[in-house]
Order: sequence, then C-alpha cells, then structure tokens
Amino acid sequence: MSRVGLLRLVVIAIAVGLLELACRTGLIDHRVVIPPSEMADALVRLLISGEANDQIARTFGIVLAAVLIAVVLGFAFGVVIHALPRLRQALEPFFATYYAVPIFIFYPVMIAIFGLSVVPILLMGVATAIVAMIIATLNGLDRIPRVLGKVARVHRMGALSTALLLKLPAAAPHLFTGVKLAVSYGFIAVIASEFILAPAGLGRVISDAYSDFNNPRMYALMLLLVVVATVVNMLLHVFDQRWAERRGIGKP
Amino acid sequence: MTAQDPDRQVHASLSGVTRVYPGAAGHQPVHALGPVDLDLRRGEFFAVVGPSGCGKSTLLEVLAGLQPATAGTVTFEGRPVTGEVPDGIGVVFQEDASFPWLTVWDNTAFGLRRNGLPDTEVRRRVDDALAFMGLKDFARAYPAQLSGGMRQRVCIARTLVLQPRLILLDEPFGALDAQTRLLMGDEVLRLWRRTGATVLLITHALDEAAMLSDRVGAMSARPGRFLDIVETGWPRERDSTIVGEARFGEITGRLWDNLRGESMKSLGYAGMAAE
Repeated sequence: MSRVGLLRLVVIAIAVGLLELACRTGLIDHRVVIPPSEMADALVRLLISGEANDQIARTFGIVLAAVLIAVVLGFAFGVVIHALPRLRQALEPFFATYYAVPIFIFYPVMIAIFGLSVVPILLMGVATAIVAMIIATLNGLDRIPRVLGKVARVHRMGALSTALLLKLPAAAPHLFTGVKLAVSYGFIAVIASEFILAPAGLGRVISDAYSDFNNPRMYALMLLLVVVATVVNMLLHVFDQRWAERRGIGKP
Repeated sequence: MTAQDPDRQVHASLSGVTRVYPGAAGHQPVHALGPVDLDLRRGEFFAVVGPSGCGKSTLLEVLAGLQPATAGTVTFEGRPVTGEVPDGIGVVFQEDASFPWLTVWDNTAFGLRRNGLPDTEVRRRVDDALAFMGLKDFARAYPAQLSGGMRQRVCIARTLVLQPRLILLDEPFGALDAQTRLLMGDEVLRLWRRTGATVLLITHALDEAAMLSDRVGAMSARPGRFLDIVETGWPRERDSTIVGEARFGEITGRLWDNLRGESMKSLGYAGMAAE
C-alpha cells in the first residue's frame, strides 16, 4: 500500500476512533448516535438475519438500472446533440443550470403520474444522472483530435469503424467521468426518493427506523450505504486514475 | 538510381490543380491553392516550402485524396485521385496522431490488423518497423510515456508497416526542437532509402527542406503556386552532416531569395516586399 493510502486509512481510523470514544464516554448521547462498533455489529446481524435483503436488493437494483439507463440514453442524446450544433446551442443554457434546480420538486408529480411504485424512483435516478452523462459525452466528443478523422480516411475506415475504433476510445476518459457522476447522482436520487416517499427500499427502511427510534437498524443501514457508495466510487476512481496515468493525463 | 536520373517515371502528379474553400456565411470564398502543376518522380524526395498559410498542407491533402481539388487533375500511379486516399499512399501529420489508448506496438500494428494480415506477418512487420525506428525497447509503452519526437516516430512506424509507395509528410517535425528535427531528418532519409518510396515533405524550415530533398519547391503566398523548383543535387547516401557544406548554404540562400518577399506578403508587409 502506498504512503498516501496508508495515511488515508489512518485518517479514517482516527475519525472512527474519536466517534467511538465520544459515544462510549457519553460526550455524544447514545440515543442520538450509537458507537461505530455497534453500527457494524448491528449491520452484521441484519445481514446474517437476511430480513433486509429484499430491500437491499431492490434499492441497489434500482440504482443499477437508473445508472445504466442514464449512461446509455445520456450517451445517445449526447451524440445526437453533438451532431446538431443549433440544437446544442439551444439546449446548453438548460444543461448549465440543470443542477441548480432542485429536481426533487418533481417527485410528487411523478408519483401522481406513475403511482407509488418503482417507476418514479427510477425516473428520479435517471433524471438526476442523465444530464451529467450528456455533458460528459459532449465534452468527450469535442475533444476528439481532428487529426484522427484524417488518420481514419488514410486507413480508409468507414463511419462505424472510425467511431468504434478511434473516436470512442479518444472520448473514453470524458465518457468515464460521466459514468462516475451518473453513479453518484443515481445513488443520491434513488435513496433520497425512497426516503421521501416509497413503498419499500433502503431509504424507506431507514426512514421507518428513524421514526421508530430504532437506532441500531437505522445506523446499520446508513453504514451499509456509506460503505457501498464509498467502495463503488473508490473502485471507479482507482480504475480512472490508472487509466489516466497510462494515458498521461493524471499524476506522473 | 541517383537523384538526378533524368528518365524517372512520374509517380504522382498535379495538373492545373486549384483549391478554393467555400466562404462561410457572409465571407468570400478563400482561394487557397493554385493553379499548381507538379510531377513527382518515382522514388524521389521532394520538399515543399512556403510562407505560412500558402496552401502547403492543402496541396498535400489534395494529393492524398483527403480534399477534393476545385479544378485540375490529381493522379497517383496513373490513376485519378478522387475522394478517397488511394492504396499505396501513407500520410504522417504534423499533429500527434498516435492513439493514446494503444501501446506503441499496437499503434504500429493498427493498419495491418485492419487490413486483415495474418498475425505472424503483423508481428514480423511491426517488430521490424519498431527496430528500424529505434522503438523496440518501447514496444509496450504508451504514447504518453514517450517524448514528442518518439510519438512522431510511432506515427511514422504506423505508416511504414503498410509499405506505402508514396509517403506524404505534413510538417511532421514542426513541434520538435531544432536538434531533434535534424536527427529525425536522418531517420526519414534512412526510411526513404530503405523503402524506395517517393516522399513529399511539407515544411516551413528551409534548412530541413534543403538537407533532405532531391528537389525543393518554393511556393508563393496564398494562393500557393510554385515560384521555383530547386534541384539540390545531393547523393542518395546523405545525412544531416551536409548542413556544413557550401552547397547547402547556396540552396537555402536561393530558397530564401524566393520566399523572403512572399513571407512578407503573407505577414502583410506588401510595401517592404516590393523594395
């Protein structure tokens, strides 16, 4: 492990240790926050009992579906918008301000239209993630060196092989940035939607546990979400970093 | 065959070629090139020099089939060049055109794999080209791990493996420092001698053109036309040491005589150019 990685672990260990100490000594009221060791213990018990497995599978399934849909549609829309400069000019102000609008205000509208089901949650996930993917696609396509088009013609490549063998790999780092953002936004939107109003899912279970003062259950599931979101993002980050280093984009 | 051999076949030619770019909305069309007449002899090394914006790269792209001629005819090995880069023409561009997502080896093998050559032949040609270009030890490296000069050598190797009969070099050393350019010039001369290909080099550097070429065409300011074509008279076995010869100074002097006024015109010093 690198020194930076080791330092990172030490920082996390110190933060967790301080929280444990504060909870154990009564500095933080046990009724408000339970010690991290109890959170972990509650999580292990919950996972072994299997009673939350359906909710876990449901939530992560929706996140995965929302991210996949956002990435595929975002890429497709990005390609179309890139090919139509006037449409792009018309849409760009909306993209620039999209994340300034709290799009959760539309969640009740979606529930009114689609009912209290998976669909509004999925749509919130897609709606939150897709614009990041569209913007990343536009950035990626903008940055494809023009000379690659000439190289393709010298090699007498058709439009499809040029797109797949040259343009897509050239744009890939930017597209991957879009994927990373889509994963983050997808997670946030799905959990938050479930938390606000949903028939099931981890967000709903956390919300119920909060209402019932069931701290071990609430913190166990919060810990699960934090761990999963952190691990997924770290894996994406590590992959991105190694890829970028190889291509001379990241740190030397 | 020596550079002065008089009965060389015409390998590629431009006859009455002009290139006019249509004007953007509210702008006049831009007459970039011509009319230009040029016969490239099989196996010769021909350089084109001229002021910035005179249409040198346009000439190369029209000859390669990357751009259509507005008027005139372009032929390669007796066949007209229209709308597609003919088989047998390789182009090396000024910009870094290496693929950053592929290793040096895979970059070099790109065209061969596209052409469906057997693996053994691909391996043989790529290993050979990398050894020739001094990149053997960097076969597994990525372009980002190489210097600008080495990346350009990767692009040359990628062109070389396809065994082109006409190699078009569009200011391939433009982004390199002077010393590296001289050494790269030696590499290109080695490549030219080994392949026997016809080479057309576009450059803004008079010394580079004078050192490398059998003939140097000096172009006017836009629209580019040939003002003079200088026979250098160098032997085929030559390298960058010829820059110390008196003849080298004569050639660059003659080229500069042709180009001084044109360069001033292109910079907007019309009055000074007339003096």
